[in-house]
Amino acid sequence: MLVTAAYAAGAEAEHAGGGSFPPFDGSTFPSQILWLVITFGLFYLFMQRVVLPRIASILETRRDRIAQDLNEANRLKEEADQAFATYEQELADAKGRAHEIGQAARDAAKEDAAAERAKVEAEVTGKIEKAEAEIASVKKKALAEVDAIAADTTAAIVEQLIGGTVTKAKLDAAVKAAAEGRD
Amino acid sequence: MANDPIHQFQISKLIPIEVGGLDFSFTNSSLFMVATVAVASAFLFLTTSNRGMVPSRLQSVSEMGYEFVASMLRDGAGSAGMRFFPMVFSLFMFVLVANMLGMFPYFFTVTSHLIVTFVLAMLVIGTVVVYGFWKHGLGFFNLFVPSGVPGVLRPLVVMIEVISFLSRPISLSVRLFANMLAGHITLKVFAGFVTSLSALGALGIGGAILPLIMTVALTGLEFLVAFLQAYVFAVLTCMYLNDALHPGH
Repeated sequence: MLVTAAYAAGAEAEHAGGGSFPPFDGSTFPSQILWLVITFGLFYLFMQRVVLPRIASILETRRDRIAQDLNEANRLKEEADQAFATYEQELADAKGRAHEIGQAARDAAKEDAAAERAKVEAEVTGKIEKAEAEIASVKKKALAEVDAIAADTTAAIVEQLIGGTVTKAKLDAAVKAAAEGRD
Repeated sequence: MANDPIHQFQISKLIPIEVGGLDFSFTNSSLFMVATVAVASAFLFLTTSNRGMVPSRLQSVSEMGYEFVASMLRDGAGSAGMRFFPMVFSLFMFVLVANMLGMFPYFFTVTSHLIVTFVLAMLVIGTVVVYGFWKHGLGFFNLFVPSGVPGVLRPLVVMIEVISFLSRPISLSVRLFANMLAGHITLKVFAGFVTSLSALGALGIGGAILPLIMTVALTGLEFLVAFLQAYVFAVLTCMYLNDALHPGH
């Protein structure tokens, strides 16, 4: 409303001044058209020939560069993944090998220990057997001496008790008989 | 004369030129056309002269303008429409910079003259018609015959389509012209209230605050309108070009 009022007031003022409303003043049209065509034409040519190809190339270069960088990043990531996989493979291999070595060492130690034990056991057994044989022989010898001691003792006892001597042959026979009875 | 809201649209001759009885004088309007072209060209040219891989702020403004218009055209007219990109971009930039320059006090607004917007609109419609016939021959008339319309209604629909096509240059040019004209007049009227009220003394100065606030708000609005009208002009250009490229709806 205000606008229309102002518009009317302006138009009246113009009429008072003798001119018409400037945008509808046909006498200025040729000049405006001519200069618009000249300026806009030049602007269009400048945009088309210089500015737009330049901006397009800037954007193109940047897009290419970004794509290239992304490719590079992907390539590096793949390499890193591969390196990681190799590392894991090697780690697993090393673990396996370590296990094997450990197992072998354990087996060897076990074998050594078993051999050592067998040897020691054999030695001990030998010693025990020898000792037992010795004991047996000592026992045998002792038992054999027991008879002689018994005869001597018997002779001495008999001498003390009855005051006579006994022949050796008789003594031996008596001891033997006693020993047989004892056995 | 200072308070006359129409005065700002007055055209004055700077260098009188007359050829064959027609007045081709270099006027203040011509001066601001040159200024518009110079400002737009210089900005776009200088900000992109580094061709920075990482753009500076101003370079990214130019790039944003480029991509803004490019996506507008691609959305409106498809990738085939990109052949008209220089034209749409030039139109958008010219109208935008002309509108923005017009926001400076005492500057002339090129786009507030109907003949200027009409010539720009005729450039668009002329391109549509010439390219449409060159590309599709008589098939371009399919534009006026929407598919899927029953036979009885067809003459009516065709008539409506023809009228709407013929009114396009008028609506395209009047929309831009009227917006700029009305906006500038409104601004001038409210600013005029401020000066005339404050001449009335203390009470008047108090009363002048209201139109002053209004003037500030309107200035903001006018900047929005200056951009929006350039945008609308470019979007409609894209839509009309789409008709030239694909006349069958």
